[in-house]
Amino acid sequence: MTVGGWIVMILSVGGVTLLLGWCVYKVVTTPGSTEHLHSQADIETPDVREE
Amino acid sequence: MNQTGPKETWASRLGVILAVMGSAVGLGNFLRFPGLAAQYDGGAFMIPYFIALLLLGLPIAWVEWAMGRYGGARGYNSSPGIYRAIWKHRAAPYAGVLAMVIPVVIYMYYVYIEAWCLAYACRYLFDAWEKFGNDPAQYREYFRQFAGVYGNGQALSTEGEGLLGSGIFFLIICFVANFVLIYRGLTKGIEWFCKWAMPALIVCALIVLVRVLTLGTPDPAKPDQNVLNGLGYMWNPNTPRIGFWESLSNPQMWLEAAGQIFFSLSVGFGIIITYASYLRRNDDIALSSLTAVSGNEFCEVALGGLIAVPAAFVFLGPEVLQQLNSTFELGFVTLPNVFGQMYGGHLVGFLFFFLLFLAAITSSLSMLQPAIALLEEGLGLGRKASVALLGFITAVGSAFVVYFSENLLALDTLDFWIGTFAIYLLATFQVVLFGWILGIERGMEELRRGAEIRVPSFVKYIIKYVSPLYLLVIFGFWCYREFFDPEKAVRLRQIRENLIVQLSVGLIVIVTILFFLLIAQSVKRWRAAELRQQEKTP
Repeated sequence: MTVGGWIVMILSVGGVTLLLGWCVYKVVTTPGSTEHLHSQADIETPDVREE
Repeated sequence: MNQTGPKETWASRLGVILAVMGSAVGLGNFLRFPGLAAQYDGGAFMIPYFIALLLLGLPIAWVEWAMGRYGGARGYNSSPGIYRAIWKHRAAPYAGVLAMVIPVVIYMYYVYIEAWCLAYACRYLFDAWEKFGNDPAQYREYFRQFAGVYGNGQALSTEGEGLLGSGIFFLIICFVANFVLIYRGLTKGIEWFCKWAMPALIVCALIVLVRVLTLGTPDPAKPDQNVLNGLGYMWNPNTPRIGFWESLSNPQMWLEAAGQIFFSLSVGFGIIITYASYLRRNDDIALSSLTAVSGNEFCEVALGGLIAVPAAFVFLGPEVLQQLNSTFELGFVTLPNVFGQMYGGHLVGFLFFFLLFLAAITSSLSMLQPAIALLEEGLGLGRKASVALLGFITAVGSAFVVYFSENLLALDTLDFWIGTFAIYLLATFQVVLFGWILGIERGMEELRRGAEIRVPSFVKYIIKYVSPLYLLVIFGFWCYREFFDPEKAVRLRQIRENLIVQLSVGLIVIVTILFFLLIAQSVKRWRAAELRQQEKTP
């Protein structure tokens, strides 16, 4: 493992971990996040209710 | 949609994060990404990978969410309809053919890899790995026989392994499970899974990561195959095989890095745009998609990147990493070695592959929704009839992938031409549509409405100028190499010379024609409905 390898690894892993940490902080400190934030998993398509 | 109660708690907010992360995590993170990183010498691959994440992945994810919600507000849920709502041109809905073909064809091989995960989990349940001991070559050999790498038709069964060695048996289970869930529309169950099983998968991956990082030198006869050199293989910008700048001059690597970002974020699939069309006018899309992207990247880079490649280097050596038939292969030939060297490895191995199977199911369930939306709004079919029709089409495609298993060439061909190339084209079309046809100011207004974070102004310049230019330049270099540099051209040469590749491309063409005809029929219905509407209006 070269010095360049250590730098790439720390920047890559550290960068994505910090980004995730920031997003988690934003979601838990944002009032109304449970109502306004969505993912594919919690979007119920209307056709499911129709049949 | 999620209709929450009046009281918000920390647990409910964490539940939102897990649901968002859970829907983003899939096979691309733990299996496809390490395979690609190994193929393109690790550290150098991370440069185009992160550039693609910042300049393409996140901006185009925002573009898709915004365009989807925009189209949904105008009564469209399918990509052809949404494109038609944005671009008043006869060709607009036909551009949506890619948004139909991509998820449907990816589903054909994705569900097969799902079946591999389930089969591997079951082997732990029935102690079937015991006989291989700590011999890495045996694990590799088993995978090759199980996946039918040695000849077409050989993936149907593995000699002496019974049902546990039958890829087709597990494929049928996965197919039935997927279609029962899609047919019955069990969205709540999927949401529940994301909230509970996803943390379990991440905990499992962290346990595996700790074991990989403490492997040391398992075989004293091969002192170079140690974990530090394995990490070096994954992260060093220079490798003994190829220099940093030489790696970076390969347009195929830039194309595949962008393709991996799109694949794992489900961007350029036609999936996000469809789901976003069901959102309410003031729902957040900016923070939701940023959270999905960050969770996905954490699983991919911090977990996937630190587990499979270093472990493969330690157990199998660097030569094997260069001889993979498919980017999905790496995890299956490597991880059983790691579990074999762990205390409680049986349990962790079972949980890891089973949870990965469940994570894959959450991804594959969403893959058919774009085509279902088209069949419903374009042809007037009900959900169940749409699912049945798609079930037939994808079953034929999956059978094709299982049968033509030699060197996993059919799978690899579909994965490149659809899982990388077509996604790349669709992402390019969508970013141009948003930035230049919908109009960047209107588009940004749509993105910012209801946003829980401030989307910086420079993002509009990235979406309007940088992303399209970046996509077109890489595409230009890739085309130049494929058409004018016969020494390095790989994919077009395969089409000219190999029958399985020709058949695989033929399958893509047939599915494309089918959806083209379906879109043409949908356009007729939309026009007729518009005429009726005009006649009613005084």
